[in-house]
Amino acid sequence: MSKARSAYSISSKKEKFDTHIIVVWVDNEAGVLARIAGLFSGRGYNIESLAVAEVDKKLNISRITIVTTGTPQVINQIRLQLKKLIPVHNVADFKREDKQVIFKEMALLKVVGKNGKRDKALKACKKFNPVILDKTKKSYVIQITALRREIDKMIVDLKKFGLVSVSRTGAVAMTRGSEIFN
Amino acid sequence: MSKLYSGAEIVFKCLEDQGVEFIFGYPGGAVLPIYDELKNHKSIKHILARHEQGAGHAAEGYARSSGKPGIVLVTSGPGATNVVTALTDAYMDSVPLVCISGQVPTHLIGTDAFQECDTTGITRPCTKHNWLVKDVKDLEKTIHKAFEVATTGRPGPVLVDIPKDIQFNKYKYSKLKKQKKLNGKSHNFYSQKDIDELINLITKAKKPIIYSGGGVINSGIEASQLLRELVDATGFPITSTLQGLGAYPGEDNQFLGMLGMHGTYEANNAMYSCDLMINIGARFDDRITGKIDEFSPKSKKVHIDIDPSSINKNVKVDLAIVGDVSSVLKNTIKTLKKEKPNFSKSNKSNISKWWEQIQKWRSVNSLGYINSEESIKPQYAIQRLYELTKNKDTFVTTEVGQHQMWAAQHYKFDKPNRWMTSGGLGTMGYGLPAAIGVQIANPNKLVIDIAGEASVLMTMQEMSTAVQYSLPIKIFILNNEYMGMVRQWQELLHDKNYSESYTAALPDFVKLAEAYGCVGIRAKTPEELDDKIIEMINTDRPVIFDCLVDKVENCFPMIPSGKPHNQMILGPKDQEENKITGKGKSLV
Repeated sequence: MSKARSAYSISSKKEKFDTHIIVVWVDNEAGVLARIAGLFSGRGYNIESLAVAEVDKKLNISRITIVTTGTPQVINQIRLQLKKLIPVHNVADFKREDKQVIFKEMALLKVVGKNGKRDKALKACKKFNPVILDKTKKSYVIQITALRREIDKMIVDLKKFGLVSVSRTGAVAMTRGSEIFN
Repeated sequence: MSKLYSGAEIVFKCLEDQGVEFIFGYPGGAVLPIYDELKNHKSIKHILARHEQGAGHAAEGYARSSGKPGIVLVTSGPGATNVVTALTDAYMDSVPLVCISGQVPTHLIGTDAFQECDTTGITRPCTKHNWLVKDVKDLEKTIHKAFEVATTGRPGPVLVDIPKDIQFNKYKYSKLKKQKKLNGKSHNFYSQKDIDELINLITKAKKPIIYSGGGVINSGIEASQLLRELVDATGFPITSTLQGLGAYPGEDNQFLGMLGMHGTYEANNAMYSCDLMINIGARFDDRITGKIDEFSPKSKKVHIDIDPSSINKNVKVDLAIVGDVSSVLKNTIKTLKKEKPNFSKSNKSNISKWWEQIQKWRSVNSLGYINSEESIKPQYAIQRLYELTKNKDTFVTTEVGQHQMWAAQHYKFDKPNRWMTSGGLGTMGYGLPAAIGVQIANPNKLVIDIAGEASVLMTMQEMSTAVQYSLPIKIFILNNEYMGMVRQWQELLHDKNYSESYTAALPDFVKLAEAYGCVGIRAKTPEELDDKIIEMINTDRPVIFDCLVDKVENCFPMIPSGKPHNQMILGPKDQEENKITGKGKSLV
């Protein structure tokens, strides 16, 4: 076969990827999540995590928080393309490094084993506001809230203390101080 | 209590209130209640296509030549899936379509019922928005909203999926309230400061170029008029994308022809070398920019577009003006005339060197070709077609491929909405059904589909539609028995391995025309071409014109793969010469 020469344009630039948190306010209607997710997959954008729930029952508004990565140009496109969707009311975009914004994820961790081991697990979680949601003779269900990478690390660290099951959410975000961005 | 109407009646009441005159469609089980209601609404005429894709393209042709939205009516399942190509085509080329599809009754949705498909799921990525109406109470507002979405901002297709039970259910209808005139205002996000900055750039430019696109056409007839005023007031050269042709007169001296992959030498070189590029309603498509890293490296770029997401999508620009083309141009011209009266005269010396350079590029005559006395050259066929039809207000549609590019190069348009071609999606089979829609919108005008024999066979069945409604469309086929553009790429880029690009069995198009009940004409030699074209023009019935052309002619000029604008192949001769010199213009 001849070399693939009929490609009209070949991308040559490699740009740096940034992690951004995109917050979208949408009408809470059927298919709205599919529209958002479809926009991301259809245009080749990443979704690292996603959290969505209704935040205003009266106005029927849901708030979607998406963690994504991309070049500055791609992030800009994500913002503008989202704004074009009919059920989208507003879009906000933050860099993960942004100090003015708080990001949190939650995880439920099930630890099974002897008392001592389980308490070691609980102790290891100390920094992340652990709450014991369920307790039996053999197990704990611990809730922690932390950053993504902290939870990633906890999952690895807790293996040796009997971690058997993990359930976690996507990130949610809020600005610091009295200002709001919606 | 106010009168109750069935869902089907509400559909028609909405269409009437929206001023709809034509529906392009195809009936089926899930839209029967709507079809049943058709007879009670005399102001709306239904055009029965032979395939839903044909209905969709016909609606596109109608919309693009009339400036009004095109309406499509199809059934569930296969009806909806067949129209997907047309919806995607309309989405890519920003054509306002409102597609109404039937759906299985609400209680059967999700059960894999007969002719059920997830229509809103399938059409989500190829519409501006779509709706599944689950309650007859929502029907009226949904349809009116659909029209609003399709026709405002950057236009595009929308779809309303109506389950069969909703078409039967009854609800009241409140007549559409006169909407406030939007004037495109809600889409203008620029300030006078931006216009002042643009004027500043215009006055400083030594090597300016205006690059206009389909957005000018979509903005309305006024926008084309304003574009002409701007070009006149600045004295700047102007080039146009494929979709923008007709916004500026094709034979005017300031017009450099189309740019891009098969654009003229002068247009592409001017784009490469300019110091100010004013993009008006175009989107820096990859067929225009070529190699993006080397796209117009020395210029300040201005982008005027109604769609904020078009800004900085492919090319980073220095000044973005988000707004409706008409509004932006009006303000620009006003400001220019106020601040620099007689600018084009006072600025003449400033850009005279640039014009000299452009004349040099122009003298290369990049659209030239070697004519023949034995066989009809496709370029010659289009030139003759143009010369013999230019005194009429002619509408041209095309299919996709070499013939499309030759038509864009050699047919000169001087009015907007006269040129309907599938640019973004590149849909073979677009032109014939589009011509039907154009003819419906413009009953007494000459409508020609410049076609290739491969493309036209994809939607040939619509000839039957043209005959049914006595639409005298002219299908002008440049027949070279090859998928010409595929063959050209294989010759130039795949070592002449003509894999599957030759159609070894083709119908006799003259007999085919007769079979459909229309007129077939064949031209074999350059000598008889003019007479045959005149015969076609004078035939008051649909015509299939089988123009047998040179089989291996290539479409030049061409920017080869991965090359910037200043490295074009000009023609067969150039190709050979470049094999020797090797530098710059050769294919890699």
